[in-house]
Amino acid sequence: MLIAYLELTVYDLRQFQISNRKSIFMLIKRKEFLQLGSFATASLLVPKFLKALETGKVVPAGNKVVVILQLSGGNDGLNTVIPVRNDIYYRSRPRLGIDKPASLLLTEETGLHPSLTAFKDLYDNGGLGILNSVGYPNPDRSHFRSMDIWQTASNSNEYVTTGWIGRYLDAQCKACDKPTYALEIDDVLSLALKGNASNAIAMKDPKRLFGTSNERFFKDVLKQHQDGGEETVDYLYKTMAETLSSANYIFEQSKFHPSTALYPKTEIGQNLRTIASLIFSDINTKLYYLSHGSFDTHVNQDAQQKRLFTEMNDAIAVFVKDLKDNSRFDDVLLFTFSEFGRRVEQNASGGTDHGTANNMFLISGGLKKKGILNAMPDLHDLDEGDLKYKIDFKNVYASVLNKWLGADDATILGKKYSYLDFI
Amino acid sequence: MGLTNRQKNHHLMWRAAFGPAAEQLNDLDKISPSLLFKALQKESTKKPEYINVADNYLQGLMMGIKEEGRKRNEMSKEEKKDLQKRSRESIKNLNLYWINEMVNSNAQLREKMAFFWHGHFACRNLNIFFQQGLLDVIRRNALGSFRDLLREVSMSAAMLNFLNNNQNKKDHPNENFAREVMELFTMGRGNYTEEDIKEAARAFTGWGATMGGDFIFRKLQHDYDRKTFLGKSGNLEGEDVLDILLEQRQTAWFITKKVYRFFVNDQPDTEKIGWLADRFYKTDYNIYALLEDIFTSDWFYEEKNIGNRIKSPIELIVGMQRMLPMKIENEQALLLIQRVLGQLLFYPPNVAGWPGGKTWIDSSTLMMRMRFPQLINDTDEMNVKPKDDDDQMMGYSNDGDNAGGMKFNRRQSGKAGKPINAAISWNSYLKNFENFTKAELLNKIAAALLQPKKSVDNDIINGYADNSSRENFIKSVTIQMMSTPEYQLC
Repeated sequence: MLIAYLELTVYDLRQFQISNRKSIFMLIKRKEFLQLGSFATASLLVPKFLKALETGKVVPAGNKVVVILQLSGGNDGLNTVIPVRNDIYYRSRPRLGIDKPASLLLTEETGLHPSLTAFKDLYDNGGLGILNSVGYPNPDRSHFRSMDIWQTASNSNEYVTTGWIGRYLDAQCKACDKPTYALEIDDVLSLALKGNASNAIAMKDPKRLFGTSNERFFKDVLKQHQDGGEETVDYLYKTMAETLSSANYIFEQSKFHPSTALYPKTEIGQNLRTIASLIFSDINTKLYYLSHGSFDTHVNQDAQQKRLFTEMNDAIAVFVKDLKDNSRFDDVLLFTFSEFGRRVEQNASGGTDHGTANNMFLISGGLKKKGILNAMPDLHDLDEGDLKYKIDFKNVYASVLNKWLGADDATILGKKYSYLDFI
Repeated sequence: MGLTNRQKNHHLMWRAAFGPAAEQLNDLDKISPSLLFKALQKESTKKPEYINVADNYLQGLMMGIKEEGRKRNEMSKEEKKDLQKRSRESIKNLNLYWINEMVNSNAQLREKMAFFWHGHFACRNLNIFFQQGLLDVIRRNALGSFRDLLREVSMSAAMLNFLNNNQNKKDHPNENFAREVMELFTMGRGNYTEEDIKEAARAFTGWGATMGGDFIFRKLQHDYDRKTFLGKSGNLEGEDVLDILLEQRQTAWFITKKVYRFFVNDQPDTEKIGWLADRFYKTDYNIYALLEDIFTSDWFYEEKNIGNRIKSPIELIVGMQRMLPMKIENEQALLLIQRVLGQLLFYPPNVAGWPGGKTWIDSSTLMMRMRFPQLINDTDEMNVKPKDDDDQMMGYSNDGDNAGGMKFNRRQSGKAGKPINAAISWNSYLKNFENFTKAELLNKIAAALLQPKKSVDNDIINGYADNSSRENFIKSVTIQMMSTPEYQLC
C-alpha cells in the first residue's frame, strides 16, 4: 500500500516540482507535516496537495467550516428553550409544560430542555447562541413544503427546485471537478444540497463511495460518453464523473486524521465522528449537512423528544470536545434548524401539532454574540395559536454565507438580506 | 426513423408493466402495442387475492382483539412489544411477497398501477394488518374508480392512524388527515385556504379505526355543526368533503399530472395533461380509461418519451428479475438493496411519497445501482450498510424502537461478503439469442436490455466480455450492460 503511494508520489512530485517548486515548500510547512513526521508525509501529503492544486483550491489555515444539523419533523421549540416564567405557556400545556425546576436554567426567565446538558455547558462557556422566533412570512405547516422552503430558501409562495447549499456550490465551485465543497452524511442527498450545475455528495460512510471491483469498467464507460445528448443521460454521466473523481479523495482524507474520540454508537454520534475526521483532514469541504429525527411529535411528545435530544446532546458533547482538543472549535460553526416549530397549545394526544416559528442553536468557539440573542417568543401575540416569526431564516443563511464562508450571499439567495451580528 | 413494434412494445412493457420478461422477449415483434396493452389489461381484470402474511400467532392475537373487543391499552407491555416486533417482521414479508407479485404476476398493469398508488397514498404504519388492508384497497381499486379508491383509502385504518385522525375530536381537532387528503391525495397545494383545512378537519372528526383494523365512526367525537368547505355550506360529513374534492376539476388535473409524470415523462406537458384530465373527469375518475388514453396514444411512443425516465429502485430490482429469473436464497437482501437505493416498500420517506425522477440519483445511489448486477452475479462484494430507518413516523409513537429497523450483518447474509445469494436461471434468457451469430449478439443483447439510442460503446463492452464460451459471453455482456448508466433508464 505504502509503496504504491510512494511510486505515485515520486512521479507526481517530479511533475510538480518542475512547475512549481516554490509553493510546495510553503505548503509542506503546514500542520499535518509537523504532526506526522517526515516519513509519512512524503507518502501521504503530496498527492493530496497536488489534488488541491489541480483545482486551484487550497484550504487556508484556520479555514471556516459550517455544520448544519437538520431536526426533521418539526421540533417543538417551546419545550426546547422553555419560557419558565410564562403563565400562558403553562396554561397552554398542562400536560406537556416543563416545570422550571426540571429545566436547565439559563436565566431567570429561560431554561433548556432537561436533556440538553451539553448545551447548558456551552451556554455557560460562551459557545452557544440561541436565536428565537426564526421563521418566514406566510408559514406553511406541511412538513415537506416547509422543509422545501427552508432547504431552497424560497418564499412560501414560490417553488424553487434548487437548494441554497446547491446554489452555493454553483457559485463557489464553477471550475471544481469535485463537488466535495459540501457533504451530506446520509444515504440520500437533500434538496438543500442540489444546485443547478452542481450537486453535493451524499455519503454515509467514506468507505462506501470507494472500492468496487468494476471500477475500471465504470471509468471506461465514462470515457466513451459524449455529453450533449438527452438530458437525463447526461445527468447520470455527470453524477458518475463527479462520484468517481470525489470518491478516492474523500476516502483518503477520511483516513488521514480519523477522530480518536469516543462518539456514541447512535447514528448522529457516528455521523458527527465522520464529520470531525474530515474536518481534521485537509479536504476542501466547507459545509457538512446531517439530519436527526423524527421530531414530529403529534403523540407522546415527552418520550420521543427526550430520546432524540439525549442522542443529540451526547453526540454534540463529544463533537465539541473533539473540536476543542484539535483546536478547531473556533473555526467550526454548527447550527440547527427544523422545518417549523409546533403549536403553543398541546393537543389531546400528549403531543403538539404543526406550528410556525422556531428557535435555532448556534454552536461555535468563534461566535461574536453569545447566549440568548433576541427576545423569547411573545405568547400574548400569536397568529391563530402560533408564534409569529421575528427573524427570517434567510437572514441567518445570508450571515453564514457572507460572514463565515465569504460567499456571495445575494447571488445565492437571489436577494440581499441584512446580516445578523452573531458572527 | 419510425420505431419498430418490438421497440414500442419494449417501451410499453417498461411503463405499463415492470419490464419485459425473458420468455416474452421474442414475442414482442409479433404484436402491435395496442393489442399488447389489451392483453395486459385482460390479465389484470381478475380481483386480486388478499395478501396475508401474518403468522398464526399474530392472527390469533388479532382474532382475540376482534372478538373480545380488547383495546391496545389493555394489553400487557410484553404483549405490545411482541406484537410490534412480529408485526414489523411481517411487513418485511409483505414487502417480499409483493415484490414477488411484481416479478411474476401476469397482472402486470394492475401491479404497476398499484405501485403508483402505493407512492401516492404513501403511508407508514407498523401494524401489519393495517398495511395489508391498505395494500388490498390499493390493489383492488388500482384500475377502477379513483372515487372508490379515495374513499376506501380515507377510511382505512392504516391512513387514519398514520395521519392521526383517531385523535381528531370535536373539542381538539387534529388537522393532519384533512390537510394531507387535500394537499397530497386530491387537489394539491395552493387551491384551498387554511380555513378550508380547519373546516374539513371538523367534518372528519370521529373518523377512526379499531385495533382490529375496521373503520369506526365515533359519534361522540364528531362535530355535527355547520361547516363551510370550498364554498359549500351545510352539516358536512367526511364523505361530503371527499365528494366536494372530487367535484373540483383541480383534483382530476392533479392526479392526471402525477400519472403523466410517472408513466410518460417527468417533464409535464400541459396540453396533453389538460386533455387527459378533462376525459378523466368526464369518466368520473375511471383509472383504466385514463391509462388506455395514455398507452394507446401516438405521442406516448414518441422518441422524447422513450428511455428518458429513471427507473425507481423497485422498478430496477423487479425489472432485472423479470429479465433474469433468479432464485434468491436470502430474500432479506432485497430489502437491504431497497433501503440503500432509497425506496423501501411500505416505508415512504413521508406522506408525500417518493419524489422520484432525478432525485433517485446521487453519487451513492448511482454507484450502488451500477454495482447491483455484479452483486447478483457474485463478482462484487458488498461494503454498503443502510442507515437506520429515519422513522419519519408522522407522530406515530414508536416506543423508542427504530421503526422498521433492519439490521444487516454478515451472519444474516449467508456467505461472508456475498450478501445476495442469487442463482440466476439463465436458460429462458439465453434462448432468446440462440439464432444469432456471435457478431450480432452485442446489438441483440443491447436491444433486449436498453432503450433505442441508449447504448454503450460496443468496444468497451467487448473489452470486459468473457470469451471462454458463447454462453459466458452472453452472460458477461448482459451483466456489464446492466451495470451502465443507460440501464437506469426506461
